[in-house]
Amino acid sequence: MLARALLAGGSGNRDMLYFIEQCLNGVQLGMLLFLLAAGLTLIFGIMDLVNLAQGSLYMIGAYFAATFAALTDSFVAGAVLALIATLVVGMAVEVIAMRRLYGRDHLDHVLGTFGLLLFFNELVRLIWGPAGMTLPLPSEMLTAVQVLPGVYYPVYRLVIIAVTMAVALLLYLLVMRTRIGMLIRAGASNREMVGALGINIKLLYTLVFGLGAALAGFAGLMQAPILTVQIGMGENILILAFVVIIIGGIGSIRGAFVASIFVGLIDTVGRAFLPDLLRLFLSTNAASSAGPALSSMLIYVLMAAILVFRPEGLFSASHR
Amino acid sequence: MTLLTPRNALVAGVLALLALVPVYATLTGNFFLLSLFTRIVILAIAAVSLNLIMGFGGMVSFGHAAYLGIGGYAIGILAKEGINSGFLQWPFALAASALFALIVGALSLRTRGVYFIMITLAFAQMVYYVAIGLDRYGGDDGMTIYKRSQFGDWINLSNKTAFYYLCLALLLVTIYLVWRIVNSRFGLVIQGARSNDRRMRAIGFATYRYKLTCFVIAGVLCGLAGALLANHTDFINPSIMHWTRSGDLIVMAVLGGMGTVFGPVLGALSLIALEEALPALIRAVTLPFLGGDSAARVAEYWQLALGPLFLLVVLYARGGIEGLVAGVRRG
Repeated sequence: MLARALLAGGSGNRDMLYFIEQCLNGVQLGMLLFLLAAGLTLIFGIMDLVNLAQGSLYMIGAYFAATFAALTDSFVAGAVLALIATLVVGMAVEVIAMRRLYGRDHLDHVLGTFGLLLFFNELVRLIWGPAGMTLPLPSEMLTAVQVLPGVYYPVYRLVIIAVTMAVALLLYLLVMRTRIGMLIRAGASNREMVGALGINIKLLYTLVFGLGAALAGFAGLMQAPILTVQIGMGENILILAFVVIIIGGIGSIRGAFVASIFVGLIDTVGRAFLPDLLRLFLSTNAASSAGPALSSMLIYVLMAAILVFRPEGLFSASHR
Repeated sequence: MTLLTPRNALVAGVLALLALVPVYATLTGNFFLLSLFTRIVILAIAAVSLNLIMGFGGMVSFGHAAYLGIGGYAIGILAKEGINSGFLQWPFALAASALFALIVGALSLRTRGVYFIMITLAFAQMVYYVAIGLDRYGGDDGMTIYKRSQFGDWINLSNKTAFYYLCLALLLVTIYLVWRIVNSRFGLVIQGARSNDRRMRAIGFATYRYKLTCFVIAGVLCGLAGALLANHTDFINPSIMHWTRSGDLIVMAVLGGMGTVFGPVLGALSLIALEEALPALIRAVTLPFLGGDSAARVAEYWQLALGPLFLLVVLYARGGIEGLVAGVRRG
C-alpha cells in the first residue's frame, strides 16, 4: 500500500484516504465477527458445546428484524423485537435439543447441530420463502459523515462499530462484574461443584445459550441492511467466526475480541490492496488473476501461522 | 464364530445389489438409476476414507470435501490445459490431494478435539474460496470437462456401465485397503492413539507421524473419489467442496456406523437414497390429507425432516445402521 502510494505520487493522498476507509470497513466486519465469536466461545467455554447452528441464529435474527421492522414501520422497534425473539428461539432450541447433547462427543455436537442448521434453512424457506428480504434503513442513517478531512464514511457503519463496542463492554461487565457472570465463570471451571452449591445449572445453561443466540441474532440484524437477508447468509460468516476463535483461543472472550478485529482488518484490507501489491512483482495479468484467490487465503494463512507458534490460540483459556 | 450373521448377510446383500445395478439399468433402460448409483459408489469411497481417520483414528475432519474438490479440479485443470491422458491426470490428482493433506495434517494434528474440527473446516473453506478465485477455470461457475480421462485401450470411461464397474472396483479396493490398514500394526497404533494418545506416546510410539500418515492416506483416497466424481459429472465447480458437503460425508460415516470398515458404504447408500426418496415419501404420506398440489408443496420441504433425523441418529442410534443390525450398543 505504502509502496503504491509512493509510486503513484500525486494520487498518494487519495490512496491513503481509501486505505483509511478500508480499515474502517475492516473494523466494522471485525465487530460483527466478534458478536458471533463471543456467542460461540461462551457456549463452548461453559457448556463445552460446538454449535454450528450459531450461523442459523444469525440468519433468524436478520429475518425477524426485517419482518418486525416492516410490521412496526420502525427500524429500532424491529431490532429490539427481533433480539427478544432470537433470544426466545435460542432458549427453546437449548431446551428441546441442545440440552441432550451436553457431555457428549464433539462429533455428536457437530452432527446434531449440522442437522439443526439444515432444519433452520428449510424452516426459513417455508416461512419466508426462497426470495430473501431487505431491511431498509431509516433515512437519517443513509448519509455519510466526514470522519477525517476528506474521508466520508456511512453513518450506519459507524453506528455498527459504536453499538457493537458497547455490547462488547456490556458483555465484559456482565461476565466479570455481576453475580450471574460469576456463576457463568464458575460453571465453566467446575459445573458439578456449582450444581452442588444449589445453583440451578440447567437454567444457567439455558440462559447462556439464549445469550449466545441473542448475540448472533444481533450480529445478523445489524448486518441485514448492508447485505440481503437470505437463506444460508450465516454459513460463511460462521466459518470466519471459527477462524476468529481458533486464533483468539477457544473460551476466551478477550481473545475473540482481539482476533475479530485482526481478522476483519486483514480480510478487508487484504482484499482491497493485495492485487495492487502483487502488481508490483508480477505482470498485471498474473496479478489480477492471482489477486482474488490469494487475498481470500490471507486469513487462513494467518491462522496457520499462529497455529505453528501457539496451537491453543493467542489467549488460550487455560487447561482446555 | 459363524459366517452367517445378520451383519454379514446385509453386507453381502448390499454388494450384490451394487453389482447388479447396471444389469437392471440395461434391462429396463433406466439410466438415471445407474447415474445415481455411480454417485453413491463414488461418495462411498469418500466416506470410507473419512471413516479411516474419523472412526478409527478419532480425527474428526470437517474438511474432507476439500479433497473431492482437489481431485476433481486436478482433472478439470489438466483437461482444460489439453492434457487428457488419465495416466497423467490421475496421479496428478492423487499427488495434489496428498500434498494438501500433508500440509493440513501437519498443522492441524498439532491440535486436538474441537480445534481440529474447526481447523480442518477452515482449511477446506480456504480451498473453496481459492477455487472461486480461479477465473481461468470458471471461478464461481465452474467449468465443463469436455473429455473424460483417456486410458488408451484399457478402459473407456464414457461407457457408463464400464465407468460404474470401475468405480465399484475402486470402492472394493478402498475397503480392502482400509481393512488391511485397520488390522495392521500401523492401524492398531492409530486406534490406540484415539483411545489414549498420551499413553501411546509413553510406550514409545511417535503417534504424530502415524496419525499424519493416516491423514494423508485418507486424503489420497478421497482425492481419488474427487477424480471419479469429476469424470462422472463431466463438470467441476466450487460447490463440490462446499462445507456442507463435508458435513454430508460425516453424516454418511456416522449414519452407516463408525468404526466398521463397511459402515460408510451403507451410510452413503442410505443418505442418498433418503434424499431421493424422502420427497416422494412425504408426498405419498400427505396426499390423502392435503390433496395433490399441497402435498407436492410440502414435499419440497423434505430437508425439514432430514435435519431432525440427523439429531435423532446422534441421540438414539449412535452405532448407525451397522450397529442396529448387529444389535451392538456403543457408548
